[in-house]
Amino acid sequence: MAQSLAKEFTKGLWAEIPPFRLVLGLCPVLAVTKSVENGIGMGVATTFVLVFSNLLISLLRNVIPSKVRIACYIVIIATFVTIVELVMQAYTYELFLKLGIFIPLIVVNCIVLGRAEAFASKNGPVLSIADGMGIGIGFTLSLAALGAVREILGNGTITIWGGTPIFEMGANFLPFRFMIEAPGAFVGLGLMLCMMNLIGKK
Amino acid sequence: MGDLFVLAISCIFINNILLAQFLGNCPFLGTSKKMETAIGMAMSVVFVLVMAGLITWIVDVYLLKALNLEYLRTVSFILVIASLVQFVEMFLKKSIPALYAGLGIFLPLITTNCAVMGVCLINIKEDYTFLETAVSSFAYAAGFGLALILFAGVRERISLARVPKPLQDTSIGLITAGIIALTFMSFKGMV
Repeated sequence: MAQSLAKEFTKGLWAEIPPFRLVLGLCPVLAVTKSVENGIGMGVATTFVLVFSNLLISLLRNVIPSKVRIACYIVIIATFVTIVELVMQAYTYELFLKLGIFIPLIVVNCIVLGRAEAFASKNGPVLSIADGMGIGIGFTLSLAALGAVREILGNGTITIWGGTPIFEMGANFLPFRFMIEAPGAFVGLGLMLCMMNLIGKK
Repeated sequence: MGDLFVLAISCIFINNILLAQFLGNCPFLGTSKKMETAIGMAMSVVFVLVMAGLITWIVDVYLLKALNLEYLRTVSFILVIASLVQFVEMFLKKSIPALYAGLGIFLPLITTNCAVMGVCLINIKEDYTFLETAVSSFAYAAGFGLALILFAGVRERISLARVPKPLQDTSIGLITAGIIALTFMSFKGMV
């Protein structure tokens, strides 16, 4: 039991890390990774939704009729997204404004629905939580990594939670604005995907 | 009238839904390997997005805002879109089988296309009137189709080229999309 639990958790961190191994949920990946901070915020919000929707769906998996399952999953996911939206609006208002419409759009993030359909509908609640945590943390790490690359190249700094930057390039560094603009997101993600392919699965 | 024209141009080119706002990227990469699938997807999006935009606008103004239920927006919009897609699919299957044969497999995918939900949310956020909503929904959908079809054209050529192994498939696709996004950036400042 403990072994399979660890397996379900760690597969999300490397073997099936979204969005590199599972090419799903690209919209938030491209849109919010202008900085590390936004990437982490989005990742944590998605992780919350993933864990709780996985838990509820796996508890209800024998009750939900299979013909209307997708509609039921969407309602469950939308409920948790609404909770995240209200909590973020109350406690992290600045981040809420920066992420904008991408918070309600977690509903249509294919990763969340994908895990519900592929994993939570077939496995018990404990394993489903482990799966949701693993995939969610993997997603957060990818967003933070892409955010770091774009922020360092495009702005020359890394800033987490306001205030002074924790990392700064030298004075001679000329920011490469392209990376912060829209095309930089596509090219940055494409090159990271290429690097992941080079490293291989193991 | 002039304002609506400007709105349409800015939604198609400057704020292009795929390349500037990053919405709907999964079908963008998923259905752009062949020209036919790209055209099918583009047409389905135009069809569904205009209807979804108008219906969600009505729901928001006459139901949610009137009853102070704005916090239910996410849940109600996704339900409207999901049932609309289902309804359109059944309607087409029964009355216009030729169109259904063309769009059929793409319709279920549209429920989780964030471009549809995204445009509905943008319309509400920008406080558009009913007419502006109609124009912007159509223009965003047209921009989606334009970018998707252009990208599919480029991608068909790339499939014939010898791409280094680690860059193959999605990776080179994303880099190509980046270059197309760069060309779309030149529309900035046009309006």
